[in-house]
Amino acid sequence: MITLDPNVPAGPLEMKWDRRRFSGQLVSPTNKRRIKIIVVGTGLAGASAASTLGQLGYQVECFCFHDSPRRAHSIAAQGGINAAKNYQDDGDSVARLFYDTIKGGDFRSREANVYRLAQISTQIIDQCVALGVPFAREYGGQLANRSFGGVQVSRTFYCRGQTGQQLLLGAYSALCWQIERGQVTMRPRTEMLDVIVADGHARGIVVRDLVTGRLSVHTAHAVVLATGGYSNVYYLSTNASGCNVTATCRAWKQGAAFANPSFTQIHPTAIPPIGDHQAKLTLMSESLRNDGRIWVPVSPSDRRPPHAIPPSERDYFLERRYPRFGNLVPRDVASRAVKAICDEGCGVGPGGQGVYLDFSDVIRQQGIDIVRERYGNLFEMYERITGENAYEVPMRIYPAPHYTMGGLWVDYNLMSTIPGLFVIGEANFADHGANRLGASSLMQGLADGYFILPYTIGHYLATVNSPPITEDHGASRAALERVKARLKKLLQGKGRRRTAASFHRALGKILWDHCGMSRRAAGIRGALEAIPSLREEFWRDVIVPGSGEALNQELEYAGRVADFLEFAELMCHDALHREESCGAHFREEYQTEDGEPRRDDDRFAYVAAWEYREGETPVLHKEPLNFEFVQPTTRSYQ
Amino acid sequence: MKFTLKIWRQRGPNERGGFVTYSVDEVSPDMSFLEMLDALNQRLIATAEEPVAFEHDCREGICGSCSLVIDGVPHGPDRGVTTCQLYMRRFADEKTITIEPWRAKAFPIIKDLVVDRRALDRIMQAGGYISVNTGGAVDGNTLLIGKDEAETAMDAASCIGCGACVAACKNASAMLFVAAKVSHLATLPQGKPERTRRVMAMVQAMDREGFGSCGNQYECEAVCPKHVSVRFIAMLNREYLRSGILGTKMPARSDPPHGESY
Ligand SMILES: Cc1cc2nc3c(=O)[nH]c(=O)nc-3n(C[C@H](O)[C@H](O)[C@H](O)COP(=O)(O)OP(=O)(O)OC[C@H]3O[C@@H](n4cnc5c(N)ncnc54)[C@H](O)[C@@H]3O)c2cc1C
Ligand code: SF4
Ligand code: FES
Repeated sequence: MITLDPNVPAGPLEMKWDRRRFSGQLVSPTNKRRIKIIVVGTGLAGASAASTLGQLGYQVECFCFHDSPRRAHSIAAQGGINAAKNYQDDGDSVARLFYDTIKGGDFRSREANVYRLAQISTQIIDQCVALGVPFAREYGGQLANRSFGGVQVSRTFYCRGQTGQQLLLGAYSALCWQIERGQVTMRPRTEMLDVIVADGHARGIVVRDLVTGRLSVHTAHAVVLATGGYSNVYYLSTNASGCNVTATCRAWKQGAAFANPSFTQIHPTAIPPIGDHQAKLTLMSESLRNDGRIWVPVSPSDRRPPHAIPPSERDYFLERRYPRFGNLVPRDVASRAVKAICDEGCGVGPGGQGVYLDFSDVIRQQGIDIVRERYGNLFEMYERITGENAYEVPMRIYPAPHYTMGGLWVDYNLMSTIPGLFVIGEANFADHGANRLGASSLMQGLADGYFILPYTIGHYLATVNSPPITEDHGASRAALERVKARLKKLLQGKGRRRTAASFHRALGKILWDHCGMSRRAAGIRGALEAIPSLREEFWRDVIVPGSGEALNQELEYAGRVADFLEFAELMCHDALHREESCGAHFREEYQTEDGEPRRDDDRFAYVAAWEYREGETPVLHKEPLNFEFVQPTTRSYQ
Repeated sequence: MKFTLKIWRQRGPNERGGFVTYSVDEVSPDMSFLEMLDALNQRLIATAEEPVAFEHDCREGICGSCSLVIDGVPHGPDRGVTTCQLYMRRFADEKTITIEPWRAKAFPIIKDLVVDRRALDRIMQAGGYISVNTGGAVDGNTLLIGKDEAETAMDAASCIGCGACVAACKNASAMLFVAAKVSHLATLPQGKPERTRRVMAMVQAMDREGFGSCGNQYECEAVCPKHVSVRFIAMLNREYLRSGILGTKMPARSDPPHGESY
């Protein structure tokens, strides 16, 4: 039976984190050397955590499925990272970043966590600068900023269009240092396939060496998951092809509650889908909305090329509907507006799935060179993919699955409902509520990894001091058996016919149609019927060539698809039970007359944390959200 | 569109490999090169044949996973792109395309088109970092860094660690990679305190890993998807020379942790 204790320190908001740091027990340096911690994942969250834990003196064993820690999906983040530095003196502050994030998340996140994130944000920038991250600078040598959606101050730090790569290289270099010092043992090309829980505590993991296929058990005093998000459950998303739900889903099945699984972010500005062959959708950074104007022809039947449509016959629908924020409304709001206008038949491009993102005004006003300097790499990327030159014709964009706010439930200490199992970065549910604002995931990943987990895990290790279990402990053997059985099942079966990808695509379509940008009860119920039968077919018909004793990419992929098929059902249960619209979760039944979401704080001001039950419907637990410091209001950007 | 593909297939590190010919049709010009291979693999899997192993992840030119030599050129015929950013509209219909893995002594083949590039990580571990602890960093604006310096550091830091430069080089030298890494940190004031040790350690690691020496042919720059310039190799050479002249009192390896308490 799961109990949800958020474990938030008492006292004023500004003091909570200080109090926790002071009240937490410390592990003595000599003891640290004897303590082993497993970190799974080397994205911003995992690499920063592993390196900091190593630096503190713990023995760290770090895993990733990539061939190098540097390739984690964090590498792909383009736009930037937020911090309440107020270098622009435009009215920013910790309190404002806190408020923007709480409001951006539509009042579905925990106040204390978000406040701490805003407090730590400034330290992150300093730490990254110290590590040599080449942030953009002004001519005078100071750090430069840009604006991102959903806020009215300029607080985003960036490195051209590759902020993610530069921040990750910073964390990776710190990790390299600790590997060199022998504090961290790095195991790349190793996939975690289960957690080991002994006497109620997480004590290890089962992994598969992806090159030799060898399975092995690794035990430790605590386990940290930093395995990223699960947007790929939709098949097409902006995520890297390896992103998956395997680690968190398996932890869920071992007793970790999964929170708000249906809170998935659909990003407004991706290149529209074009055909069945497509393996992914490519994001066009949100920063483009600073200067690009979004529009469609007023008349659905207008088939003229964009430049032939006079301004009076264009509908700049975001500026029209949201005059105060215009093109810079948050992602959920923008995506929904784009979808609505396309559903009305005004969309442009193939299948009417697209709207224009037009730079002609800014090019006229500020010159093409400025635009090239700001966005040159994005324009290039766009041209490579579509064959169109966006300096001359407007870009076409359409929403795409991008980020998952849902994740394993964690308390203020970032510990899941399994003691000793900590979850950081996109893999946990914390901080972003029902919608994430741009440039705040990188911030969260690094806050968790550099600054929060290294403290909070110490308290756990200092207070729960049990010796490590052995590889042949009953719990280890049982976990190993579970993994073996599953792999065997995937590999057996002659005369099977369907590829894992075909199942993945079918699942993605079900979710996109019924548990995507807008949802209604009847549709979700349909999905809840369709998914189990698709899953059954998968286990009967999926074909995985080759053996388990060598590099077998199809086996890895099929295993991930199997987990998506299981997890998708949980998403639908969550979406169905939440009879309100909040943030990215838009239930068509709950909207105002002008199509804005209608939130229901009386019934749903809680975190929905789901417990796994074998062969049964998952059980809902609620963590009530008490707003002591901000008053939830209708989230308006009009 | 239709193509004939000659693909390097090799079952494992110690097996002999060879080219296998496949034909693919119904290829759309809008497909990326990797999507074209996906389509081939789907066909192979459906008949219980083992698909062609190749590396990919982000599919947008930043993670550095994808790594194919296409008609003899790492990352294919276009300049400044990775394999995943290459589109089939770039190729003439009905062409024969040869696809091979990176070939270098320091990058042993694991299977088909997948190679082991951990040597690059080990070079980084030897010195590709600034050793600062988490916490206690001064305000980011305390160090003023001119825009030009910042841009130069950023140009070098753009390297995605793909290893195409090594694959393109006759001597399989990793000079461009190492130059990019050394120059990034040497350009910034934060990187200055350790620059003498860093360059020595990284160059020594590069030699240890079995990468060849630089023959100044600049094939590396031509295939680099991030346009990392060979002028960084000049910078690396200067750094190395400087380090040699100044000598280094610091050991090329860093101290073991808590050295004094053992
Ligand atoms: C295209 C794109 C652009 C973005 N731009 C921005 C932006 O500008 N600003 C912003 O704030 N956010 C942005 N985001 C979001 C942000 O990049 C991610 O949310 C964040 O980087 C996630 O970091 P992470 O450390 O939690 O996980 P990841 O970086 O996804 O790392 C996951 C790690 O876990 C490992 N792993 C996963 N499963 C297993 C397993 N079973 N066994 C072993 N290892 C495993 C992987 O190998 C990897 O090392 C963007 C996202 C995308 C897709
Ligand atoms: S220098 Fe260029 S080619 Fe070499 S690893 Fe870096 S990005 Fe790849
Ligand atoms: S797949 Fe990431 S660079 Fe090509």
